[in-house]
Amino acid sequence: MALLEVDDLSVTFARRGQRTVHAVDGVSFSVDAGEVVGLVGESGCGKSVTSLAIMGLLPKQPGLRVGGKAVFDGTDLLQLDDRSRRDIRGRDIAMIFQDPLSSLNPVIPIGLQVTEVLTRHRGMKGEAAAKEAAELLDRVGIPDPRRRLKEYPHQLSGGMRQRALIAMAVACRPRLLIADEPTTALDVTIQAQILELLKELVRDSGTALVMITHDLGVVAGMCDTINVLYAGRVVETARRRPLFAAPRHPYTVGLLGSIPRLDSGRGERLTPIPGSVRDLLPWPDGCAFAPRCTRRVDDCVGAPPELVLAHDDRSYRCVNPAPVPGREPDSAFAPQTGAVAAGASDAAAPAEAASREEESA
Amino acid sequence: MFRFIVRRLLQLIPTLFGLSILLFIWLRRLPGGPETAILGERGTPEMRAAIRRNLGLDEPILVQYGRFMRRMLQLDLGTSISTKREVTTEFLQRFPGTVELTVMAMVIAIGVGIPLGYLAARRRGRFLDHASVAGSLIGICIPVFFLAYVLKAIFAESLGWFPSSGRQDPTIEATRVTNFFVLDGLLTREWDAAADAIWHLVLPGIALASIPLAIIVRITRASVLEVLGEDFVRTAEAKGLTESTVRRRHVLRNAMLPVATSIGLLTGGLLSGAVLTETVFAFSGIGAFVADSISQRDYPVLMGFIMIIAVMYVLVNLLVDVSYSIIDPRVRVR
Repeated sequence: MALLEVDDLSVTFARRGQRTVHAVDGVSFSVDAGEVVGLVGESGCGKSVTSLAIMGLLPKQPGLRVGGKAVFDGTDLLQLDDRSRRDIRGRDIAMIFQDPLSSLNPVIPIGLQVTEVLTRHRGMKGEAAAKEAAELLDRVGIPDPRRRLKEYPHQLSGGMRQRALIAMAVACRPRLLIADEPTTALDVTIQAQILELLKELVRDSGTALVMITHDLGVVAGMCDTINVLYAGRVVETARRRPLFAAPRHPYTVGLLGSIPRLDSGRGERLTPIPGSVRDLLPWPDGCAFAPRCTRRVDDCVGAPPELVLAHDDRSYRCVNPAPVPGREPDSAFAPQTGAVAAGASDAAAPAEAASREEESA
Repeated sequence: MFRFIVRRLLQLIPTLFGLSILLFIWLRRLPGGPETAILGERGTPEMRAAIRRNLGLDEPILVQYGRFMRRMLQLDLGTSISTKREVTTEFLQRFPGTVELTVMAMVIAIGVGIPLGYLAARRRGRFLDHASVAGSLIGICIPVFFLAYVLKAIFAESLGWFPSSGRQDPTIEATRVTNFFVLDGLLTREWDAAADAIWHLVLPGIALASIPLAIIVRITRASVLEVLGEDFVRTAEAKGLTESTVRRRHVLRNAMLPVATSIGLLTGGLLSGAVLTETVFAFSGIGAFVADSISQRDYPVLMGFIMIIAVMYVLVNLLVDVSYSIIDPRVRVR
């Protein structure tokens, strides 16, 4: 049984006088013990909201509704009361956030910010807690940890701050670690170090890791399984190798196509995905990616695409997936009339088609 | 830190020097003078001139100022024109009451204002929030002397819960050491005297606290709301800390910075603004004395009063800056 099983998770924000926003709409994925799972998508696709909903950290506000299940080790986290949730947070499930400076309390020393977790969940106090905190800082690669314990966040460099946050997160040897864009705010060289550290930590301790990122480079280097999110839904799930070798969902194809490559020819242009991430408000029947899709067919509008389970543990939500190289396209979903062929030169075409359609509608 | 405090105290010297020049000129430009206050309409020009000569007011203003400064450097504020007593003596007798009243008012304003502001922020949009916002608006709008009269009428005269006037019950024989009645009671272990002095401070303290209380509630509320949305509060929650730890260590401490600043500014204002409250409660502080001194053109008293207020203002704000640097390591002073 999986360590974390997220089933049909949905998060909606209802506001009086405004249309309800479906930030997360039926997201399901699972994380096995010790596994590294990626949640990938553009800004606004619902990946952070998903993680905050699992942790019970969404800011309380009227009109917020969280549905579905998030079963961690047999307990549905979404059904827990506030107290039991606080017991699990930081002890069994820990989280690392995007901006290390703003995620650390500016007015208390790093030491206390580490030891408070130890005190809360492991009952450690005084010198014992300080000693453990120093060891934790040492383990995440902070030199001279005894001195650093007395320092404040503004006295540390960006990389050090993120290391300190990681030390706080792994202080109680959690079984699951959720990292929400942990390297986005850092320099490229520091990014690599932090990713290396995370990899090392999960390997040594057997902690499962959920990696939330928009950066496919991060995913390629770390994740065992990858879930691609689009507009609040998981559109494709696959193991790392098959996903990079043969992405099936056109959105995944687009994401991979927009990564700059060193080995591409001089002057060759990137292939961006046309349009921008869909506003989550008006929810048409059908595939949310359809307006931007290069493989759009008539069936894309109408009903939301069903989840297609394919071989080697992969699944996708697409009626006209990209073909796997060297394999015949699935006959049932062969391109139909009206489909636009994928290709760089046609990139703008579907967007135009979509806008024409909206005008006529 | 030590150097910072010394530097700030040294800055006090040019501040007081400039202030004394301005005051000296302004006070003497007020129409009328002590001789008019003493003689009224009856005085002949000869009598007026005699009084002016007697007080040294006929000399050139520079000479007068030089004399004032010389005395000032020896901490001598001169003799009051109206009471004929040393200004320093008068102040030592009257200032403690005002200081006690100010401290009481600030204790009430801070002790009630910060928790109320915090709760309003946590219950944003609910009854307590609306009530505290509306209440603080009323607190700012009600004239202090009116509130003082209402409090006195209800809680002292009708219900008899609190004394209606004075600083101490005359039937209590208290030993005077510093003229701070509460402090005296504690020093001499006359607990009943100390308790009685505190009891006398309650109603005027509440009246005087109304405006700073309202301001502190509002600033705390706004500041807590801002801090609640900060990433580090989410981090603290993600660590699974108890609600009270998150509140104390992560929310309140960060939210206190703007509140500390406003407390410094408000305290200075209260020291000089206690006049009306003291009048209503026949509280023998500095208030009425200074008000009389204005109409009497009692220059030495006015000069001394304003200089002392200035020094206190600077000291209170120095205290705020020091506490600021204790709360927030990023503004540690050098």
